[in-house]
Amino acid sequence: MTFLTYLISGLALGSVYAIIALGYTMVYGIAKMLNFAHGDIIMAGGYAAFYAYTRFGMPAGLAILFSILTCTILGVIIERLAYKPLRQASSLSVLITAIGVSYFLQNSAQLMFGSDTKIFPSILTEGSFRFFDGKLIISYLTLITIFTCIVIMIGLTAFINKTKIGKAMRACAEDKGAAQLMGINIDTTISITFAIGSGLAAIAAVLLCSTYPSLSPTLGSMPGIKAFTAAVFGGIGSIPGALLGGILLGIIENMTKAYLSTQLSDAIVFSVLIIVLLIKPTGLLGKKENVKV
Amino acid sequence: MKKILDNLLHQKNRSRTISYAMIIGTYLIIEILMHSIRMSRLFTSMLVPCCCYIVLALSLNLVVGFSGELSLGHAGFMAVGAFTAIIVSGLCVQMIPDPIIRLFISIIAGSIVSGIAGLLVSVPVLKLSGDYLAIVTLAFGQIIKSLITNIYLGFDRNGMQFSFVNNELNLEQGRMLLSGPMGATDTAKISNFSSGVLLILATLFIIYSLIDSKYGRAIMAARDDRIAAESIGIDILRSKTLAFVTSAILAGAAGALYALNYSTLQPAKFDFNTSILALVYVVFGGLGNINGTIIAATALYVLPELLRSLQDYRMLIYAIVLIIVMQLGSSARLKRSLEQIRNRFARKGDVR
Amino acid sequence: MNAPVLQIRNLGIDFGGLTAVNNLNMEVHEHEIVGLIGPNGAGKTTVFNMLTKVYDPSRGTILLNGQDIARLDTVAVNKAGVARTFQNIRLFRNLSVLDNVKAGMNNQFVYSIADMLFHTRKRRSNEETIEEEALKLLRIFHLDELKDTEAGSLPYGAQRKLEIARALASEPKLLLLDEPAAGMNPQETEELMDMIRFVRDSFDICILLIEHDMNLVMNICERIYVLNYGMLLAKGSPEEIRSNDKVIKAYLGD
Repeated sequence: MTFLTYLISGLALGSVYAIIALGYTMVYGIAKMLNFAHGDIIMAGGYAAFYAYTRFGMPAGLAILFSILTCTILGVIIERLAYKPLRQASSLSVLITAIGVSYFLQNSAQLMFGSDTKIFPSILTEGSFRFFDGKLIISYLTLITIFTCIVIMIGLTAFINKTKIGKAMRACAEDKGAAQLMGINIDTTISITFAIGSGLAAIAAVLLCSTYPSLSPTLGSMPGIKAFTAAVFGGIGSIPGALLGGILLGIIENMTKAYLSTQLSDAIVFSVLIIVLLIKPTGLLGKKENVKV
Repeated sequence: MKKILDNLLHQKNRSRTISYAMIIGTYLIIEILMHSIRMSRLFTSMLVPCCCYIVLALSLNLVVGFSGELSLGHAGFMAVGAFTAIIVSGLCVQMIPDPIIRLFISIIAGSIVSGIAGLLVSVPVLKLSGDYLAIVTLAFGQIIKSLITNIYLGFDRNGMQFSFVNNELNLEQGRMLLSGPMGATDTAKISNFSSGVLLILATLFIIYSLIDSKYGRAIMAARDDRIAAESIGIDILRSKTLAFVTSAILAGAAGALYALNYSTLQPAKFDFNTSILALVYVVFGGLGNINGTIIAATALYVLPELLRSLQDYRMLIYAIVLIIVMQLGSSARLKRSLEQIRNRFARKGDVR
Repeated sequence: MNAPVLQIRNLGIDFGGLTAVNNLNMEVHEHEIVGLIGPNGAGKTTVFNMLTKVYDPSRGTILLNGQDIARLDTVAVNKAGVARTFQNIRLFRNLSVLDNVKAGMNNQFVYSIADMLFHTRKRRSNEETIEEEALKLLRIFHLDELKDTEAGSLPYGAQRKLEIARALASEPKLLLLDEPAAGMNPQETEELMDMIRFVRDSFDICILLIEHDMNLVMNICERIYVLNYGMLLAKGSPEEIRSNDKVIKAYLGD
């Protein structure tokens, strides 16, 4: 029964990773860049929700909406100001810029909100289901997290496949030049991608902060790295890959902590990643690129 | 005499001459200053770490610039070198009382162990390519940090004791060398500025010897075009392994020097941010540009320290500088004007 | 006729369900210049890619001086004596012209990593020879004046020639040229033909070349193979090929 508890909480953690990984993977697929500042968008989302709820006295739903809106706008602004001028630059320049943005967000947060850790209020729900005479306890939050992830996945897949913008995004991912010739506005498409990724980061932020209720300017770093790992794990650029990678990473991490070692959990999680990449060098669901000679 | 001078200033060797001249010149100036006027403690405390970061950045440039593979875990090798040096130096205190010799041996030990780690890591890493390779170096950086965070090592009259994950050591009046997340807590500070400069010179010698040889050409050929390199018989894996292991050795040496400059050192020091920092130095200095890397590492290390008076704002300013320089660097107009300046200088040089 | 250097027997490759090259039989003899022609998409470059093991052939054998090289990897194939150029030029763009050729000599001159690090006499003498040999090669292709230029910034024609020089540096017995005259003007092409003959004679190698410039092919090739839809359509001397109905049909259409 404890196994089941760990499995379910791993599933919840994995769902959060998956939601964050979606942001990495979409931006990578379409803009071909590693957005290292994505983790710090999560942090921004956490603070936005925190202040909306505790200081501005918004109800929970509104606070979450406020957080999503903040992150979306922040994401688009960052893309326009920092990344857009670098469309033609080397991928390393873009990477360094993203790192600069990450430092900028972290330190801005430190100046604005202080470096002390704030306790995130439980704005979603408290309480839990009890099964088998209380042997298996599943909190509402865990269920909400998993449910949210499923809804987002279904919604996003439908969006990408059914809508015009979604098709434009897929075209851009395939071949930007050709997409442009077909009349697709690349800049708008990339902005929308950032907007969606950042909005998802806000949702992840609320879920993450509700599970681990401490808020600090470096909050996003580790989940960011883990989710990035998850995205690569599943095959970067692939949306189902992000889901699979995120969930697996969450479960592996939780199981390791439960049964092997808490201190070594990072080492084990990353070892699993390396082994997977050695067996499948482009991630679980990644596509192999052929070199033309 | 003139022939030697000509050889030094020949276009092919100019970069090398500038590197050595720059390092030795700066060293002499700083030494003279230190002996004539009282330098602030902030200034003197920056000297050794600055040397370490220069070596770290140069070592990373070997992988990123010359070999063309993105490494996001170089701080891991620095950590291996650092904690090996702490252990070796700590164990040898009685045996080798002379600090200079002990420092030398510790740095050698640190670089050897780091080189072995580099070789082990390179086996899986170099099977991959591009972003997948980068993520695996990141993973290794995390694994190395995580492992070191769990090492407990000490010694007493009965010899060395070691435990992993949980501290189960029972030392009888002994000394802890490594205590898990606390890291090293009582290291003898034996690094000094002169040894730092010597390490930089050794690093330059190794890198220049390599890139100017058939091995270096193979490394760069493999970077520019894998398939073409294979078609003329260059073993890609061997070339890349050589670059990677050499880089790990140098990063380990940098870590060793760094560790022995402080009495306490936590493994967390060598986290992802330190790897990224080194990468920033390399990109600012220019891929494959050795002198640029030296200058960038120095400037970007010193800048935040100088901004210390601004306290909370310093990292913010640092971040803004990073972003702006990258924007300027890729702006077409700026590139053109830089090109013009360079051409003008080149023409002047040709007249001679 | 001279002894065969390259013998291709029943060579074929499939990509997914598609057969790109099938049942190909070819020979290149000592001291020969042989042409491989055919319409676009006939599979000519694919043959080169199989010969150098960029692609794994699905069937057949490739014999080089009697040794089967179809199971070797690209590096080993080069060591066995095959070097090539590429249709879409693949130079080491950031290296100097001289270093491109020097890189080609990587396996010809041997000194250890210890020699490299300690600057021994062995390193020095080897590097000196490498330099001399590389300059000799560059002189053949009139590239010696440009030796310090970055390869990526060379004009197109010079890049094609540099690729040949680099391939020769690895001391092949068989040289594969993939459209060496593409993008060259008639005068450059004329020069190139002289260079190819000169290289064949002075290095005593055999050459297999893919080319669309019929003037070049008919002038310097002793024998020609024609490929169409991955199959051998015809083979023979330039005269025979010129008057072959099937070849004319394949090129001009029905």
